[in-house]
Amino acid sequence: MSVRVGVVVFPGSNCDTDTAWALTRAGAEPVELWHEDADLQGVAAVVLPGGFAYGDYLRAGAIARFSPVMRAVAGYAADGGLVLGICNGFQVLAEAGLLPGALLRNRSLRFVCRDVAIRAERTDTAFTHRVPAGGPLRMPVAHGEGCYYADAATLDALERDGQVLFRYVDEAASPAAAAGRANPNGSLRAIAGVINAAGNVAGLMPHPERAADALLGSADGMLVLQSLVESAGTSGGAVAG
Amino acid sequence: MNAEVTATRFRFAVNVLPKDGILDPQGRAVEQSLPHLRLSGIGGIRVGRRVELQVDAPDAAAARGIVDELARELLCNPLIEQYAIESLSAISAARSEAGG
Repeated sequence: MSVRVGVVVFPGSNCDTDTAWALTRAGAEPVELWHEDADLQGVAAVVLPGGFAYGDYLRAGAIARFSPVMRAVAGYAADGGLVLGICNGFQVLAEAGLLPGALLRNRSLRFVCRDVAIRAERTDTAFTHRVPAGGPLRMPVAHGEGCYYADAATLDALERDGQVLFRYVDEAASPAAAAGRANPNGSLRAIAGVINAAGNVAGLMPHPERAADALLGSADGMLVLQSLVESAGTSGGAVAG
Repeated sequence: MNAEVTATRFRFAVNVLPKDGILDPQGRAVEQSLPHLRLSGIGGIRVGRRVELQVDAPDAAAARGIVDELARELLCNPLIEQYAIESLSAISAARSEAGG
């Protein structure tokens, strides 16, 4: 029996179908979770997909935070449930306070849609244990507000506590300079993704589900999704609430 | 049963701006357009958002409290933005509503 993984559908989500498809390839049974429904249907993990939830009005993710499904996701995360936010999903998790920091408008002011290289800074998490250490992963970004920001003290704490999960890297596999092309949005310390202190909530701006088959140019994203699905399978999805 | 509820309508604007020190690419873009205009001496441009609204509440303090909560919870992300509440000329037509 395959692991049931929820994919939240907000009005304006546009990567939900791709995410469900990629999760199926990773061995999961995707379950759509409608934004007005606070019932997570007993899934073993939840993915918040990319898109423009509630039109991204006010700030990306700001209005989605107050939807019934997000109140359920917050409780689920507090109980240790696995939650992954991709792109807009990352923005929603940051707005909801489930992940530290904020995603600002890209430094270039441009919507950026192209492949980037990222490196997993930790390969011992529920989201990255299938990712080989060191090697860059190629996957696309597609966002206008992906510039990771937190104040200096928070950034230092994230580094110290191992909460920087992914970084944009340049051709030399070094962290990408904020003003360089390898850092698509000007993120501070080249941060592309973070994980919470408890290790059960993570978010990243690049799209693993758009790098889920060699035909798409890269299958590197599958390493992230397979990590999640395997972790969800071993935790049994037995999260109360 | 005819419960009378009297509330006054207050009007506010909430002005939201990027916090000092936070990169504001919109402000920078506007600044970079200045050479195309024949204006000089302009700097320090910050681009934010203004939200106007009305609140029905028993008094001005209560009304401002509601607006403050809205600003903190939704209109402003305190990590990256700051806000100021501005009281607009109250149209303050006292209303009387018959309930029940």
